[in-house]
Amino acid sequence: MEIHVELKTVSKMFCGCKNDPFGADKPNIYTCPVCLGLPGALPVPNRKAVEWAVLLGLALNCEIPLFSKFDRKNYFYPDLPKGYQISQYDQPFAVRGFLDITVGNEKKRIGITRVHLEEDTGKLMHATVDDPTSPSGLRGASKKVSLIDFNRSGVPLVEIVTEADIRSSEEARIFLKKLHQIIRYLEISDADMEKGSMRLEPNISVQKIQSRLNRDKIQKLPPYKVEVKNINSFSFAKKAIDFETDRHIAILETGKYPQQETRGWDEKKGVTFSQRSKEEAQDYRYFPEPDIPPIRWSKSQISNFKALIPELPDTRIARFIKEYGLSEYDATVLTEDKKTADYFEKAVKSKTIPAKTVANWIINKKADISKLSPEGLVNLIQAKTQKLPMSEKDLEEVINKVLAVNSKAVVDYKAGKESAIMFLLGQVMRQSHGRADATTTRKILENKLK
Amino acid sequence: MADKNTKLTPEEIYKLAKLANLSLNEEQIKKLADSVSSILSYVSQLQSLNTANIEETAQVTGQENVFREDIVDNERMLTQEEALSNAKDKHNGYFMVKAIFEEE
Repeated sequence: MEIHVELKTVSKMFCGCKNDPFGADKPNIYTCPVCLGLPGALPVPNRKAVEWAVLLGLALNCEIPLFSKFDRKNYFYPDLPKGYQISQYDQPFAVRGFLDITVGNEKKRIGITRVHLEEDTGKLMHATVDDPTSPSGLRGASKKVSLIDFNRSGVPLVEIVTEADIRSSEEARIFLKKLHQIIRYLEISDADMEKGSMRLEPNISVQKIQSRLNRDKIQKLPPYKVEVKNINSFSFAKKAIDFETDRHIAILETGKYPQQETRGWDEKKGVTFSQRSKEEAQDYRYFPEPDIPPIRWSKSQISNFKALIPELPDTRIARFIKEYGLSEYDATVLTEDKKTADYFEKAVKSKTIPAKTVANWIINKKADISKLSPEGLVNLIQAKTQKLPMSEKDLEEVINKVLAVNSKAVVDYKAGKESAIMFLLGQVMRQSHGRADATTTRKILENKLK
Repeated sequence: MADKNTKLTPEEIYKLAKLANLSLNEEQIKKLADSVSSILSYVSQLQSLNTANIEETAQVTGQENVFREDIVDNERMLTQEEALSNAKDKHNGYFMVKAIFEEE
């Protein structure tokens, strides 16, 4: 899998132009000699973009080589004004990482080959234009043309390349969602699929499994692969992979191999289509970018970068379970995006309401947290729950029921595992739909478990 | 390919021209096969140097870690008219080129 992500720096990758192609109200208003590829312009790398690329590498458990450089990738296309893209070839910012995902109930490790930094291209639009004033061969009625907007040209773009470890479209979807979540946690990109700030390129090949036991240990990769370009949603990625897999199987069953090529995804028809394949293999003639001196990190700089990485979803889920006695499911839902997780933590800080109740309110969307402050939510819950105080008899009944069903937690607690009481408390809260008073319940529980 | 006596074939010149986005006629290709070959053999004199103890490098300035801060520089940004002022063809604020058929 290859994934491109636009970084949300305020300025572009190699020049001081505004980085806001999606917010621009007109084409070609955020350009300068550097990102238009005018002769003599000198690119200077954006420090923040470079640091963010390293951060992403670290978050994906990569090694950060102490020496790195930019290279020129040469090809001709109208959206690339210089005739080359500044990218990284053999010495990217991050290499050899991994991301662990959960597929069904199993953990699976997806290798990350590399994370490198490059610049985005301009945006092409295809149109039919009736413009008789055109001075150079494009004149005449209703000409088919391509229109170019360079607002996006030179926007910092990170490319993430995985190892060939993904075995199904579902694994691909889970991996991509998790990668997306991490990028959002790092706050380095909107990773907005609809705006195209995160673009997906699966590389697909199919082969028969020789041995059921070694499902994941593929002996050798098939001698071909098909790349599907620029997919802009997780579900399209899954569909494109499924479509390709079926197509390949049909071809393989006739004893042939599918043609190695680049394909596009037609979201309306739900099919992939062959993009004009190059007559010969692409030859990008990479060479080191002479205008940009190389980058060398000290070990202490890399440890400083590590310190900048916020708590990532996996760690946060584990902490939520431990610290607040939440179920894995609740912790997972709450940490899906950083905002909700932060909101939850602010709301439980006051400790007036059990964490589990706050979690329930947020998860079941009993209140609109986009409009309500965390304090507001706490007050709301308090008001609602206090209107329906539980009678002591009702509470006792619920507690007895919970103790009867959760004998393991009871045994755990008696064996000295203090946190078990939080679990039981949580269960009482759930059974009473948040009406039980946490302090009273805890007292009763402690008494009963003496 | 840069051995002293190698001569580039017209096919190789054709491929190079394609990579450089140049369209050449047959006569030009023939001529270039000769002249590019002689340039290559001239440059290949460098092969006689002993570089066994020399570290490889891609740059000679000795500079490292040259960055700019992430700040918008309004002064260097061009207006739409300025950006388009040298374009052969434009349309509604866009640069315009012959249709690129990538889809359909």
